[in-house]
Amino acid sequence: MSAEAAERLRTTLARIPYARFLGVRAELAGDEMTVILPFSPHLIGNTSLPAIHGGVLGALLEMTALAQLSITQGLARQPKPIDVTVGYLRSGRPVDTFARAEIKRLGRRVANVYVEAWQEARSRPIANLHGHFHVTPSEQG
Amino acid sequence: MTTSLETLRAVADRMSNECPQALALGMVTVALEADVALLKLPYSLDIVGDPDTGVIAGGVVTTLLDHASGQAVMAALGEPRPIATLDLRIDYMRAAEPGLDVHARAHCYRITRSVAFVRATAYDRDPDDPVATAQAAFMINTAGLPPPVDPVVDEARP
Repeated sequence: MSAEAAERLRTTLARIPYARFLGVRAELAGDEMTVILPFSPHLIGNTSLPAIHGGVLGALLEMTALAQLSITQGLARQPKPIDVTVGYLRSGRPVDTFARAEIKRLGRRVANVYVEAWQEARSRPIANLHGHFHVTPSEQG
Repeated sequence: MTTSLETLRAVADRMSNECPQALALGMVTVALEADVALLKLPYSLDIVGDPDTGVIAGGVVTTLLDHASGQAVMAALGEPRPIATLDLRIDYMRAAEPGLDVHARAHCYRITRSVAFVRATAYDRDPDDPVATAQAAFMINTAGLPPPVDPVVDEARP
């Protein structure tokens, strides 16, 4: 993945107010992108466990899908979610959360994306997302 | 349903007032009925997902629908019991209108001993012209027992 892609990713996230509200950032290693949600008390949904709000985890997964699509070559506009299904496997503990997306198919109008979030170990995911996103290929793309 | 509306109201207030994410978003419960929850998410610049248009992020609609669905389950249970979201499917119909508050109506239409099923709708002006709709399933844990570390995995395994 080029330095241009890394820069595009950084500016995309920095421009989104809701990404700043959650505190997400992204790292690129070659062609692999990891979105990081550093723990912060305002992310908590259930204080007695305590656990990160399920909606926040859903938002993280969705944002990861959008970020992965944004670094994909040849897209003219910001993709838009059509539908998403979020599965919850474990409660989100009050620690940093990571997410990675895999574009299963990129068509001319729709992308099918799978995302997984984890905390201590990648092999123990806490939540996953399967979703469809509207994409607009650029003229030359 | 023998639970009084006051009891439900207290449960809803607790779910909102003791939930840091709800407080951070300013998300409040407007009304609670036997198995229905109505919530409001005020528009704010913090939750914008598209800075060019001012449209709020899809992810924050996810949080609103998840929260509303959880409250509908609590309302149907009639008492505070630990619940865990199993899955949440969201269909995005259209962008929310910039500057408008978003409302959610969640209905817990079926409840068994261990699972609750919910449908929810998010809208800005008209409930019949939704921004998004959701379908969710929740695991219900036993009252009085401490919530397990891995509620979903422990309960859902056959």
